[in-house]
Amino acid sequence: MSVTRRKLLKTSALGAAALATPHIWMPGTREAWGATLTEGEPIKVGLLFSLTGGLAVPEEDSTLVMQYAIDEINAAGGVAGLPIDPVIVDAKSDFKVYSEKTRELILRDKVTSIFGCYTSASRKAVLPTIMQRDNLLFYPTCYEGAECTQNTICTGPLANQHSFDLIPYMVEQFGPRVFFVGSNYVWPKESNKNAKIWLENANGELLGEEYIPLGSSEFGPVLEKIRAANPDFIFSTVVGASDIAFHRQFKQAGLNVDTMPIASLTTGEIETKAMGAEFGAGHFLSAPYFQNMENETNAKFVEGFLSSKYGKNGTTHYNMEETYLSAYVFKAALEKAIEMHGIADVTPRKIRDAAAGVRVEADVSPEGLIWIDEKNFNTWLVPKIGQCQADGSFKIVKEAPEHVAPDPYSIYPDLGTCTADGLLAPDGTLKTDVI
Amino acid sequence: MDIGSITSAVFLGLSIGSVFLVAALGLAIIYGTAGVINMAHGELIMLGAYSTFMMQTVLGLPFFICIPLSFVIVGFIGYLIEKVLISSLYNRPLDTLLATWGVSLVLMQGVRIIFGSDPKYVEVPSFLSTNIDLGIVNLSTFRLFVMFICLIMVLATWYLFYRTTFGIKVRAVTQNKDMAASFGINSSRIYSITFAIGAGLAGVAGSLFGAMNIVLPTMGTSYVVEAFLMVVAGGGGLLGSILASALTGQIQSAFAFIYNDTYARFLVFVLIVIFLRFRPQGMISAGASRR
Repeated sequence: MSVTRRKLLKTSALGAAALATPHIWMPGTREAWGATLTEGEPIKVGLLFSLTGGLAVPEEDSTLVMQYAIDEINAAGGVAGLPIDPVIVDAKSDFKVYSEKTRELILRDKVTSIFGCYTSASRKAVLPTIMQRDNLLFYPTCYEGAECTQNTICTGPLANQHSFDLIPYMVEQFGPRVFFVGSNYVWPKESNKNAKIWLENANGELLGEEYIPLGSSEFGPVLEKIRAANPDFIFSTVVGASDIAFHRQFKQAGLNVDTMPIASLTTGEIETKAMGAEFGAGHFLSAPYFQNMENETNAKFVEGFLSSKYGKNGTTHYNMEETYLSAYVFKAALEKAIEMHGIADVTPRKIRDAAAGVRVEADVSPEGLIWIDEKNFNTWLVPKIGQCQADGSFKIVKEAPEHVAPDPYSIYPDLGTCTADGLLAPDGTLKTDVI
Repeated sequence: MDIGSITSAVFLGLSIGSVFLVAALGLAIIYGTAGVINMAHGELIMLGAYSTFMMQTVLGLPFFICIPLSFVIVGFIGYLIEKVLISSLYNRPLDTLLATWGVSLVLMQGVRIIFGSDPKYVEVPSFLSTNIDLGIVNLSTFRLFVMFICLIMVLATWYLFYRTTFGIKVRAVTQNKDMAASFGINSSRIYSITFAIGAGLAGVAGSLFGAMNIVLPTMGTSYVVEAFLMVVAGGGGLLGSILASALTGQIQSAFAFIYNDTYARFLVFVLIVIFLRFRPQGMISAGASRR
């Protein structure tokens, strides 16, 4: 190794550039970029979902339902009189592209907020950029928690809201012996950590835990292990195309749904439609929303969405409803921020701060009243358990008696609690932006 | 490990191997005969699944009829691709690689534009969703069915290539194209037909995989890697691919039983890499004089 002259020149030039523009390299330096509102101009927001590639199945639906929600808000007069103008990008199921597009949305399009991501991997890919530019990410689906930033609002259930009533219910109905199956990535593993706690509280017994590579469709060996263990029920965090293969092969292997049902955190209406209702019937799902929930708001939402130009897929599953809610949380928070600061002084951070405690009432929210936690900016919601019926729709068999608080650090109490300013460790130190 | 779980591990190994072989067969024929590395193979599988879906929903045909019809439809598409694109690119392996990759992107996006990216559903007769309980071992009828179709595909291909005049011509062209041509064999026609047959076999694979898993524009990519591994480890020929699939299936099943599925896959890939390090020509090398 020798230091050539050219290399030296290059390095010092880079160094000089870095010194001249400190915000691009100094950690912790935040600079809000553009993203201010002007009277009479539309409010720009970014829709950062994958329209192509392996993640397109759930994420294309998210884009469609966001467009539907935005149309609905605009038709009702917009936010404080301003229409919302979505900038739609395709993240191509590639985490590099997620982060590139985030930069583009913030720097070039100067969006006020970004709605996007479905997997934790993509969320973790975009968060550094969003935090650096002090923008705001609406993350509209479930996730594992263990994050405390000042730039995210989540409208889906956290791990602590997801399996806490599902596992006791299944133990009570079918018996204490359970087998865990999941896709091999962060969310299933973290969810299973939570599930083990609930299982212990319910005096359940864990017979085995298996992870399948993401996207794999061969469940033969796993199903044989399950058959040998003969559990009372299966707890599944298998996602995407694998999930469909799992349910199909479960039935083809001759396992009985009546004596060994699958309790899943993700197998919703869109999955049962794709696998065929006969493969889904009898299994269970924990979610805050089901398409056939009986209330006026939901009837209006389902009918309105399916008959709109965005409703060609024919379903409104929990992930879409959570995305829909995020649009209304944004609207309510922005209205509050404009009222507090005036239209010219609204920044993404102020929208986030204004979102504390924001409620989406039952006449707007298809799943019923929800509100945003004042400290960790996740959502208070009512978890429900549905059982898949012969036609592929879900019947709600249990509903939590009241709203459940989101707790991103429920399984890591040693790390502290999430507050509006950051993660408050038990020793009293405050860490900002923990991802 | 008792006798029951060993039997089911062996059965699953055979089943996994037959899935590999079903996916790899079309690729092996095209590669073995024409030397074309067909990057669009996965998308031909995907087209097979979509044509099955279309025949079921639009024409209301039963699943068993859809399988041979998928062979015909995708075989025809393969024939067109060969005529329009590949035929002018023989002897330029890098260009065919890029061209077929381009074709794969076009097919994937085209299907997405026509059908959308939501998953489609292929219906199977209900008796294929059952299983046969033999006391010590439990056999899924669908897995047996896939093994059965795999056997038919192998036998038909073997018969075609080793017991017919067409097969003699194919093997002649494979061994020495110019020499075969001087004996009056129309090699470009042989290539077109072989390509069509290979594509047709991918179509059959698509029918089966669509029924087993999920029908999506991207479904082909998950099979094509394994298919390539089988063909490369096998050495490019029919027998080699069969051996490679059977062996890999058993190894994967055994490791998945002993450890777990993720680890099994990792070990299989490592073993194939080590194997190719010491035997780069694969298990049984075919068509030596051409390459």
